[in-house]
Amino acid sequence: MTITREEISERLAATGYVADRELPIALQLMEMLGRPLLLEGEAGVGKTEVAKALAQLHGSVLIRLQCYEGLDQSTALYEWNYQRQLLAIRAREVAGADPDAVERDIFSARFLLERPLLAAIRRDDRPVLLIDEVDRADEEFEAFLLELLSDFQVSIPELGTITAKSIPRVVLTSNNTRELSDALRRRCLYHYLDYPDVERETRIILARLPDVGTGLAVQIARMLEGVRKEELRKVPGVAETLDWAAALLGLGVNNLHDDADTVHETLRCLLKTHEDRARLTREVSARLLGKVA
Amino acid sequence: MGGEPHRLVDAACLSELALTRLVHFTQVLRRNAFIIGLKESEDAARVLASDAASRAATLRAALKSIFCARRSDWDKFDDIFAAYWLDRGRRRIVRMSPHPRAQARAAAQALARPEGAPSPAAGLGELITGDDPSSLEKPQDGVGRMEGASRAEHLAETDFRKIADPDAIAETQALAARLASKMRWRLSRRQRARTKGIRLDLRRTIRRNVCHGGVPIELMWRSRKLKPLRLVMLLDVSGSMSLYTSLFVRFIHGVLDHFREADAFLFHTRLAHVSAALREKDVGRALERLSLLAQGAGGGTRIGESLATFNRWHAPSVIGSRTCVLIISDGYDTGTPAALAAEMRQLKRRCRRIVWLNPMLGWEGYAPIAQGMQAALPYVDLFAPAHNLKSLAALEPYLARL
Repeated sequence: MTITREEISERLAATGYVADRELPIALQLMEMLGRPLLLEGEAGVGKTEVAKALAQLHGSVLIRLQCYEGLDQSTALYEWNYQRQLLAIRAREVAGADPDAVERDIFSARFLLERPLLAAIRRDDRPVLLIDEVDRADEEFEAFLLELLSDFQVSIPELGTITAKSIPRVVLTSNNTRELSDALRRRCLYHYLDYPDVERETRIILARLPDVGTGLAVQIARMLEGVRKEELRKVPGVAETLDWAAALLGLGVNNLHDDADTVHETLRCLLKTHEDRARLTREVSARLLGKVA
Repeated sequence: MGGEPHRLVDAACLSELALTRLVHFTQVLRRNAFIIGLKESEDAARVLASDAASRAATLRAALKSIFCARRSDWDKFDDIFAAYWLDRGRRRIVRMSPHPRAQARAAAQALARPEGAPSPAAGLGELITGDDPSSLEKPQDGVGRMEGASRAEHLAETDFRKIADPDAIAETQALAARLASKMRWRLSRRQRARTKGIRLDLRRTIRRNVCHGGVPIELMWRSRKLKPLRLVMLLDVSGSMSLYTSLFVRFIHGVLDHFREADAFLFHTRLAHVSAALREKDVGRALERLSLLAQGAGGGTRIGESLATFNRWHAPSVIGSRTCVLIISDGYDTGTPAALAAEMRQLKRRCRRIVWLNPMLGWEGYAPIAQGMQAALPYVDLFAPAHNLKSLAALEPYLARL
């Protein structure tokens, strides 16, 4: 049952996720203390990837709930299948069934539509429940989530209380568009994902795109380190790094110094706003390239 | 200090010493604005008893994910941990203190303390300050206070207390309340059940009609729920605004009192988040806390830089889709107009409306020719005068229409 830190690191690496040094410990604590994990970090540092890797690591299913403003219980937890209910009512009416029996029947599990949260607590094997961008949901939903995360049981008025068969492993991610409540933060273990350093980013590139040579991977990682230090509106994340590496691979660039023009043109593809593009002039990219050994 | 601090636990059972140290550690963290409950301490004790405690690095990471709840905690934690458990970084921090008096006092305290007492570590936690705004609230003798590179920083504390005239306060509060009730409510995407509405609520319709054998006779509807407009206020408290500061502080206090969702910031050469201080019901205490936060008020203005800080660190969490930003400033900026324009452009992109209240506009013969003002104007939705309570009241219909 207990899983050691080393095993977690190894298995994470096997799934292709290159973790920082502290993440395996947080994941181990998740097991040990049975608490959810709250992941924060800038967009594009791979928060969602952690949940995916965690599901792979335990060989369990990943159930994902994407939060958005206006998300409510009927989309997150459960909903009755009204069309079927109405159909059933009409059918029994024709058959002349007993109204009490009809009522009992149409509010049975058969007519219940599972949404992610209910699905997660009704599974036998411990799934990984990813509650993505929880900061986008509004406060009402957060309060509801808090209750669910502490008891892992749901009461459906027509059916009664459903208690979790197995406690899911819960990962929450937040982009900090809204300050989360202290209560929710306290309920969770916390991990802040930062942009990877050169060494980790190199390993990520090599893990995802094995065709990129080690030399080029290091150059790309160094270059990205420089780009992130520029004052940009939207700092490129790991996904952009991989896109760029793939682009360079496709264009047959083996050494960044060979083709400064291509580097400049493709590097601009990393940037997602007009201002950032204007800021990363040819001179800037040449200067950044100069720092890359 | 006890020896080998990072090898405290070698067996499954937790020694009393380790437990005491842990309790002290949580106290140090609390003093550094960490929010830690019993549950966290309990979990930490379990970690301390497990094999995770065998190495300092793993213990640090484990306690970090238990005790931290936000980014600011995350950034501070390593230093506090090192100072407490590994006795590192302590001397360095004391030496960095710019105040010779604080240094002498720290030394004196260290001498006065009996050998092996656990308090020294606790004391040092206090010296470690982060950029968390709550650490600013403590009166500190120059230790860890934010240093601003101001051209004309006015270090004397501005006394906001002198405005605590009860009548004037009541008047401003009443105005703010009136305003709050009139601000238009914005439609949200959340829906609520109604007997009339735009979408059929099947869930409630079926529930309601079970008594008719399921024939939907009474229909239930959903309509969209209204949500109040969010208000974020940025008040210029620089020297040129000093005549009006007191008036607006009262106004902001009133607004924070009546709006469920509002935030307030003060700026001069730098920006301070003051919502928490101003939410204090008691006016006297609120103003006292504010005076502490507004160190440097009455000096020069750097609107561009303050807005940059706001955009970078605060905007994502305080500005939503239905936020109105209210900037109260005379637009006299010592920074470059280009920087101000760039920040205004970014702010404009985020929020619903920008209102700029300029007290100078109430003066006869004033034209907004200050460079900063000129740079900011293209991004402002409403530019209005506000130099006394009367002009603020006249603003009510404008603001209510936003």
